[in-house]
Amino acid sequence: MTTYRRGEFHSFQGGGVDYLYLVPSAAIFALDPVSKDLISLLDDRELTRQEIIRELTGRGYPQSEITDGLDELLGAHAIASGDGFIPPSPEIPDGSFPLQTVVMNVTNQCNLSCAYCYEYGEDRIASSDAKTRFMSEQTARQTVDFLLGSSAGRRTVHLTFFGGETLLNFKVVKATIEYARSRAVEAGKYIDFSMTTNATMLNSEIINFLSENNVGVTVSIDGPKESNDRFRVFAGGKGSYEVIAPKIKELIKTHRSRPIGARVTLTAQVVDVKEIYRHLTEEMGFDEVGFAPVTTSPVRLYAIGNQGLDHILSQFTELADEYLESALKNQHHGFSNVSDTLQELHHGVSKAYPCGAGLGLVGVAPSGDIGLCHRFVDSDAGKIGSLDTGVDAAARAEHLKRGHVNNKYDCQSCWARPICSGGCYHEAYVRYGDASHPNLHYCDWIRGWTEVCLGIYGEIAALNPKYLDRFDQRKSL
Amino acid sequence: MKHLRAVNRKAQLVDEFIASEFADVHGLSQQQPPQPRPHYPLGCSLVFSPGWETDSAGGAAGLCSPVERDLYDCYITCFWPAQVPDHFNNYPDWTSKCASATKDWRNLDLVFP
Repeated sequence: MTTYRRGEFHSFQGGGVDYLYLVPSAAIFALDPVSKDLISLLDDRELTRQEIIRELTGRGYPQSEITDGLDELLGAHAIASGDGFIPPSPEIPDGSFPLQTVVMNVTNQCNLSCAYCYEYGEDRIASSDAKTRFMSEQTARQTVDFLLGSSAGRRTVHLTFFGGETLLNFKVVKATIEYARSRAVEAGKYIDFSMTTNATMLNSEIINFLSENNVGVTVSIDGPKESNDRFRVFAGGKGSYEVIAPKIKELIKTHRSRPIGARVTLTAQVVDVKEIYRHLTEEMGFDEVGFAPVTTSPVRLYAIGNQGLDHILSQFTELADEYLESALKNQHHGFSNVSDTLQELHHGVSKAYPCGAGLGLVGVAPSGDIGLCHRFVDSDAGKIGSLDTGVDAAARAEHLKRGHVNNKYDCQSCWARPICSGGCYHEAYVRYGDASHPNLHYCDWIRGWTEVCLGIYGEIAALNPKYLDRFDQRKSL
Repeated sequence: MKHLRAVNRKAQLVDEFIASEFADVHGLSQQQPPQPRPHYPLGCSLVFSPGWETDSAGGAAGLCSPVERDLYDCYITCFWPAQVPDHFNNYPDWTSKCASATKDWRNLDLVFP
């Protein structure tokens, strides 16, 4: 006789409503009392249809309601019967992958010496010795042609300037934007520009240029003076805060065409998330602040251990509660780790790959080598081609095969895999020497953070659902 | 669905998929709001098609069967593979006295191959 059992999902609550986050579809459904009771009935056992009906009619539910609820849960794969659902076999996408974003490392040089830097620090994978240090205008033009020529039917493409310190090669940034604009018009496409900088070299001329050209700017900064200067120092050890603070204020005051974001690297020594957030938004004026734990091997003094991650998660949770309060009042809150996750939860993103690296996004080195992303340029590990020869189809196929979530054994029992998919390739390479290895050192962190964001999503969906409309449009599409 | 409420976009897609799996034939006016997918109404309620009317008992049992009898729609649009009055070889003039089916349908005679 057919029996029914629990399917794969994560249940959560928000605003007094019970929800299911289904795995692997990433669909979120709200439960009514009968479906909630039915689900909990199957928590730790298998029952036949008759047994389910008997149990629930005993609790006062009409039989028709029970069978309807059962069929709906079955249809949504929240419960399973018989052999269950056949797990999808890894499907490696074939055909072409139109490019959406190229991250252009205009230089691999930097005027800061942050000890934790993945490009120059102790855990670097790039070997920029004897390689081109500054991208030439010719290589930059070639990069633009490569992006436009490889973007097939996409109407909008993105060019991100990156470093090293991007502004060490501002001359090429400027020339590239002018060239890209005219080429985009010829190609009938829209090209969007953004850049990341440490802000040390900002001046009025550059700020005006960025504003006039609608360039999105992200500034790497680790909070107020004390925490920023812990690692973000010049070669002689002098902190960068005093230099960058006035420049950032001028940037934010002048450049109003796009929201200016801050990007904070958390380390064992820099963990005061709320204080950093307050400083960067209220005192500096940033519109958005995003935080990421440092990428490093576990032996470094600044590596964040498990306890440190727990501490950060509790701080994230407190700041996320503030985000929720603002959202319920229809007010903006700049904690972008929350808004980014809510965006993915709202769409029900279920990833076969953790990110678009090597697919819709690639990084280009100053030499013209193409890497999986900006973090892999100038390293043999993630090289997948060069501007002269294009993307190496075999290298990309190997990346797609190994990186697919269904080929990551450890991820198969995790409910957070639709949103994580094993995590950052670069992080995995630094930790395990294998870009396709799941990032097992932050599984608890990902599940904890996803749980927090699901709760917020549920609460907003119950109490102020109109707020979620702002996430309808996918970012970067 | 009655018991599960789709909250995010993916759940809405799952919901639509399940609804389409279990959807049945229904009157055009009966489903509100109308189903979003294309809906092709077919049958004699929208076009006049001699041969598909109900019989004297109100059923279809007494009507001609397509394989043995003559259906106007089959002759005109040729969707039946081997209609009895075929207009290629044997009955090229079967509808010559039927300029308008709604008015002249009585002129369509039975054929006896």
